[in-house]
Amino acid sequence: MRRQTLTAWALLLPAACLLVVFTHGPVLRTVLATFYTTPHGRLPAKFAGFDNYAHLIADPIFWQALRNNLLYAGLTIPASMGLALVMALLVNGRMRGRGFLRMAFFTPTVLPLIAVANIWIFFYQPGFGLIDQIRGLFGLGATNLLGQGDSALYAVAAVAVWKEAGFFMIFYLAALQAIPQSLIEAARLEGANALQIFRRVIWPLLTPTTLFVAVNAVVNAFRLVDHIYQMTGGGPNNATALLFYYLYQVGFQFWDTAYAATLTTVLVVVLGLVSVGQFLFLDRKVHYQ
Amino acid sequence: MSAGLDALLIRVGAWALALIWLAPLAYAVWTAFHPAAYETHFALLAPITVENFPKAWVQAPFARYFLNTILLVTSILGVQLVVGTLAAFAFARLQFAGKSGLFALVLMQMMVMPDILIVENYQTMRALGLVDTIAGIGLPYMASGFAIFLLRQTFLTIPRELDEAARMEGASLRHLILRVYVPLAKPTYIAFGLVSVSAHWNDFIWPLIVTNSVEARPLTVGLSIFSATDSGVQWSVINAATLMTSAPLLLGFLIFQRQFVQSFLRAGIK
Amino acid sequence: MTMSYLRGLTLGAAATLALCAAPALALDLQFYFPVAVGGGAAKTIGELTDAYMAQHPDVKIEPVYTGSYVDTIAKAMTAAKGGNPPQLAVIGAAEMFNLIGEDVIAPFDDYVSDADKAAWFGGFYPAFMENSQAFGKTWGIPFQRSTPVMYWNKEAFRKAGLDPEHAPASWDEMVEMARKLTVKDASGQVTQWGVRIPTAGLPYWLYQGVAIANDAILASADGKTTAFNSPEAIEAAQKLVDLTTAQGVMEKGTLDWGATPKAFFEGNAAMIWTTTGNLTNITQNAPFPFGVAFLPAIKHFGAPTGGGNFYLFKDSTDEEKKASVDFVKWMTAPEQAAKWTMATGYVAPRAEDWDTPALKDYVAKVPGALVAREQLQYAKAELTVYQNAQITQILNSALEAIMTGQAEPKAALDEAQAKADAILKAYR
Repeated sequence: MRRQTLTAWALLLPAACLLVVFTHGPVLRTVLATFYTTPHGRLPAKFAGFDNYAHLIADPIFWQALRNNLLYAGLTIPASMGLALVMALLVNGRMRGRGFLRMAFFTPTVLPLIAVANIWIFFYQPGFGLIDQIRGLFGLGATNLLGQGDSALYAVAAVAVWKEAGFFMIFYLAALQAIPQSLIEAARLEGANALQIFRRVIWPLLTPTTLFVAVNAVVNAFRLVDHIYQMTGGGPNNATALLFYYLYQVGFQFWDTAYAATLTTVLVVVLGLVSVGQFLFLDRKVHYQ
Repeated sequence: MSAGLDALLIRVGAWALALIWLAPLAYAVWTAFHPAAYETHFALLAPITVENFPKAWVQAPFARYFLNTILLVTSILGVQLVVGTLAAFAFARLQFAGKSGLFALVLMQMMVMPDILIVENYQTMRALGLVDTIAGIGLPYMASGFAIFLLRQTFLTIPRELDEAARMEGASLRHLILRVYVPLAKPTYIAFGLVSVSAHWNDFIWPLIVTNSVEARPLTVGLSIFSATDSGVQWSVINAATLMTSAPLLLGFLIFQRQFVQSFLRAGIK
Repeated sequence: MTMSYLRGLTLGAAATLALCAAPALALDLQFYFPVAVGGGAAKTIGELTDAYMAQHPDVKIEPVYTGSYVDTIAKAMTAAKGGNPPQLAVIGAAEMFNLIGEDVIAPFDDYVSDADKAAWFGGFYPAFMENSQAFGKTWGIPFQRSTPVMYWNKEAFRKAGLDPEHAPASWDEMVEMARKLTVKDASGQVTQWGVRIPTAGLPYWLYQGVAIANDAILASADGKTTAFNSPEAIEAAQKLVDLTTAQGVMEKGTLDWGATPKAFFEGNAAMIWTTTGNLTNITQNAPFPFGVAFLPAIKHFGAPTGGGNFYLFKDSTDEEKKASVDFVKWMTAPEQAAKWTMATGYVAPRAEDWDTPALKDYVAKVPGALVAREQLQYAKAELTVYQNAQITQILNSALEAIMTGQAEPKAALDEAQAKADAILKAYR
């Protein structure tokens, strides 16, 4: 046992060092930094108690970014996962051209979001953009999806769904292929139709994959803001400001590092809560051991 | 409603979805191979040109960006796999004090990713003198909670008998890991490789912050500043650049897609 | 065995790290620059620095292209705070107080002789020096300076029965013409808008084109006070939003800055407001004859200046600073300024630049280039305050709220003023 402990710690040392230096240490220092002011020019940081948190609570942009982010997560997580499952079911069958379909669904994964964002800007342009050109074929008028406060968040959420669904599809596809054909045959012999087979046989067997994909989807909903950076800069009037984008702005455009640390803390808490919830759920639902 | 009609509807739906998904790539190809005047006109007889590619190529050091990205993703993946293998083996097969606590810390990193700790990690890189280096971009990701978790799950499925048989023959720990565990977990390595490479190939905000010069800048940052829109977006040139730089990964997937899916299947990521 | 294996691994990892940790090559002078005009301008910068180095073999200059103005200030500030700033950078002139406040730049005065001060500093157009000098020192040297102008589609004017050679001179005339230029199809859908003033991206800048013409100066000269909610400023915002609502001559909502030239080429908008830095792009790509005009007058003509200045970073040696100043002097000399103006459309910042044969030829071919220079006599500094990024963002948000109909001009600008006050208080 003693020997094993030594060996184990030796094996864990590189991982532990890297994790402590670049994840756990920074989390602790971030929390600590929230109790100080931002140093400016020659003014050093001063102890500030809960001032940064008071600022946070009084900051309407923070609340808007939080609301936006929750709505954005509520849109992108189910949509990208649902579409991923549909895609996987489609290309898992014996349909002709499924190699092409697979490729089509997967392309967003390899195209950097930051570069594709420009293409989406064109799609969304009022009047001469692709969406409006297509609408024009049906006699419909112009739209300004990115330029209106009530549609901009949906427009950027659509880009995220496009980006992620194909990636998640791969996970579902692998899981689908692992389901023994005999199970499905047996259900069919008992007279179950396609929908029933999906609900009673396939879906339960996909639960672990669904949870796994959900972890990634949740993380991405709070982490992936490249398209916001390139397409809207959080506008119009903060309609597309997400927490992480706001954190980037505050930290690296406004240089208010103490407040950026406070926002980081909020993100850590949000993600921490989600992960605790998920692991409790995982423990109950899935036998990982 | 007949089964045939159902199948037809499904097929139409599948192709419609695929076309939507392909639209950005198709548009990129269209603009990259046509003069700028056809950026918004989809005329069948539009003249085809390849001049957007050399135009983009000479305007920014894409070869260097490309090299930087390759160095970045391979060094991250390499270290992630080595570090992850060692840690995963310890978690899967060894009994030791503090195991569950440590594992919880590893799991935490799956959610609280280094991505969001940009402010503090920038300070760290400054202190280490690693600002504007490829190592500076990669270091925060080199221990991956996700890799450790995945590999541990896989190692746990490896029968203990194999392990014990190897030990009986006097295999060292190194031998055991390299000859028994790693080969049996190969699909997991490939699967994680895909996740890791695609994540870091695409990563943007952190590299944007931590790099200043051409020597360290990865593709995403290079493409972003190349397409800075202060004076109007020039889609044909930007998209030519996007295609040039994404083509290798795209082709790689096209060629290896079957193997990827198979490896995911065998990795048993569930 | 285990340990030796581990050691091997550690060494391997260390070697990998060392390999990719090789720091970026250090050259004598690093020089960040944004280019607001496609990639062609980056090439010109390269050619100019190469020419300089050929004449000065002892100096090596590494120009680093750092994206848009917003990217470049973020990048330079990050680098400065990270302890490895460039020696020299072209950054938005509006960032002057921000850079002074963060204590990262040095004034040029200490590295320039008194005689030079008068001749060199004094030779730039005064409108450009407004946000280049403060506290009796010169902190920025105008380089890629711009001002917004109006471009109009002569073909669309002809089709609408307007004189294609006559641009609107006043706001009311612009609205009148825009009405005639707004074309609808049989189903009532607009196929051509009269005017496009982009308000996504950097709305504050073009808004100032309205505000300055309406006698609204948004910031005090010391960069410590804003006046976002003066009656003139509110009226200017009202005029802007009225274009999309009451008058219906501009697309509703905010409009993307980057796609604006394209909207012009596509005939989606018959008149556009954008930077003079777009002149080369528009000259090369517009499929119809076009004209360049002053922004329309309200109480009088008016426009903000814009674009970038050279700044000297503090954290460098005296030798480096001297060499940097010498390089800046060379870059802003008439011959180079002329080259730069022709490549980009930026306004050559000194009167003497326009006497060079090269620019005289150019102006004869592209008369639009003169419009920006002539407009300078009515131009004022763009919004230049401490905490510039944050204050600008506040104003941008307010303008976006106004343009998307989420708030009335007065309410939005009152709120923006209160927020800006709360931040700038610390600097008074």
